[in-house]
Amino acid sequence: MNSTIPSQTALPWLWRLPALVYRSGALIISLLLIGLIVLLSGASPVEVIGRMLVGAVSTPDQVGRVVATLSTLLLCAVGLVYTFNAGLYNLGVEGQVTFGAIATTFVLRLLYPEEATASLLPPPLTIALGVLAGALGGVLWGLLAGALHVYGRISEIFAGLGLNFAATGVAIYLIFGPWKRPGVASLSGTQPFDESLWLGTFGQTEATPVGLGLGLLALLITIVVMRNTYFGLRLRAVGKNQYAAHVLGVPARQQLLSAFLICGLFAGLAGAIQVVGVFHRLIPNISSNLGFLGLLVVMLVNFDPRWVLPVALFFSALNIGSLQLPLSLGLESSLAGVIQGLLVLFALIGRGLAQRYAAS
Amino acid sequence: MDSAQLLIILATAITTATPLVFACLGETLTERAGVINLSAEGTVMLGAMVGFVVAKTTESVWLGFLGAAAVGMLVALIVAYGAITLRQSQIAIGFVLALLCSDLSSYLGNPYVRVPGPTVPPAFPIPILEAIPVIGPLFFRQGDVLVYASYVLIIGMWFYFYRTRTGLTLRAIGEQPAAAFVRGHNVIALRYLYTLVGGAMIGIAGAAFSLDFKAGWSHRHTAGYGWIALAIVIFGGWNPLRAALGAYLFGILQSLASVAQSSIQDVPTQVFTVAPFILMILVLVLTSAGWLGRLLGYLPVTPRRALMRALRTAPPAALGRPFEQD
Repeated sequence: MNSTIPSQTALPWLWRLPALVYRSGALIISLLLIGLIVLLSGASPVEVIGRMLVGAVSTPDQVGRVVATLSTLLLCAVGLVYTFNAGLYNLGVEGQVTFGAIATTFVLRLLYPEEATASLLPPPLTIALGVLAGALGGVLWGLLAGALHVYGRISEIFAGLGLNFAATGVAIYLIFGPWKRPGVASLSGTQPFDESLWLGTFGQTEATPVGLGLGLLALLITIVVMRNTYFGLRLRAVGKNQYAAHVLGVPARQQLLSAFLICGLFAGLAGAIQVVGVFHRLIPNISSNLGFLGLLVVMLVNFDPRWVLPVALFFSALNIGSLQLPLSLGLESSLAGVIQGLLVLFALIGRGLAQRYAAS
Repeated sequence: MDSAQLLIILATAITTATPLVFACLGETLTERAGVINLSAEGTVMLGAMVGFVVAKTTESVWLGFLGAAAVGMLVALIVAYGAITLRQSQIAIGFVLALLCSDLSSYLGNPYVRVPGPTVPPAFPIPILEAIPVIGPLFFRQGDVLVYASYVLIIGMWFYFYRTRTGLTLRAIGEQPAAAFVRGHNVIALRYLYTLVGGAMIGIAGAAFSLDFKAGWSHRHTAGYGWIALAIVIFGGWNPLRAALGAYLFGILQSLASVAQSSIQDVPTQVFTVAPFILMILVLVLTSAGWLGRLLGYLPVTPRRALMRALRTAPPAALGRPFEQD
């Protein structure tokens, strides 16, 4: 979009500060705004920071929840690295997580019917098949958005948003209809799976080695693919200028569809982990909005996978730490989202200011 | 179901769709000027919260609407500054604001959850017009001043778009900004203006929920409506009349869903909120890929022309693109 050279508007040279000044200035303003908003709600920023820190790391249980959130968030963010680098705003990532979770639940219910007392296959195999199904479900939903974009020439933003609601609609229909709990159907989800189908955890916490392992592995592969492979280079070429890439012989359609496929795969895995590792059932908001949070993470690191891990860890800690606020200070836990949103918004503005006004 | 019952259902649908009409018109105005305000979901929520809090503290419903409009303008100003001046991605800025404003409404509005507050006083049927058969009971016995205001806005905006000189300029800066600039129009200033006015309308939509149609505020009370408005703008082909029609169709769907609840108990009403998105995707597929033109090609010329004009849904050509004025 910024194809032309930033204009040299009538700013005196004194105004032309180094890019770093604009970026750090934007960060400072966002921190000041966060403090101001906390003050507006009648609380002390120092106390809020303290409580959130305590809420994120003071017990093994809390650390476990941070790690569980991080695992799912990593998978979503890593998938989005591919679509962002291909120049796509894959807002459909939420739907890809949801549909992956639906596919996982479908396979688990198939292999462990409600009336049965044990799984038809050994439980580890059942879980593995369920996770695989989740990945395939995510791929299906990702490719659907991709096909609508590439062949139907629909903006991936609206195709994705539409498919998000469609996936949630399917989930709610299943929870209230064919998969409803014996007795009463409710928004609290399907009947929880037998404990033999729960993913093993670190001690008594919510964190699962499988989930964290998958997240870290996906991140490692992605860093290598984006930096050291021809595929990563072509993906970025398509993202920078689709037409130029096409002229130079890069198959743009194929690259775009691959990006949707890979993102769907990782998002589907995230959905599977949410089912077998975190909730142990299908609930309407199975993604916990971590797909959207993944978008924020990848925007903040400017699509560079090397910085995904620290930012994702920080955002996960904010999410879990903020859960303490209603109990201890009577504040709303959505402060985590306010902090994350302000940081990303001002990072974007700082980047824009630097591009437009910075001395080169 | 007899015809009197049907009329009541339809009239209720028009009432419930009114906040959505405001949001859809605001977004239509913004997008016609070439800017996508993707923050609608958050703006509606923040507008609902701020509108309620202002009305509650000042004891004036109308100041509440003013506050909601101001907050909608502020959010739109950030979108405009990021997208128009800094030329960053409109999608990125709008999306971050959508999430940020939703969370901000929950955080700052926490003390006002389910607190009783002022509401818009009821209005009276409009004399003479209410006596018209069918139309009267449907549109003019609404008992709510916002519903009447939305009619004025729908017609007014249509008139402004297609029957005034400045409306023509508005459409030009969304379609051919370079041409409009050559003709002496300040594209950047006009885009700011329409984004801000559109944002104010989206904020008012939020207050319409909290001060009138849902009477009160609670966490994520209006969840989903901003995204639905974005879908309806596309469904409505960036035309105020058709956007309003889209909002009413959604209202009818919701009313029918709650009526049908008793007969089809297996399907929860939430499933029906998916419908506008499916329709949006279908409309986009039909129009974007040129299939509509091919389908209509089989028709004789006269109905084809009329249908083409009625169904035209091309987005403004410069939608989402920054303009290099200097």
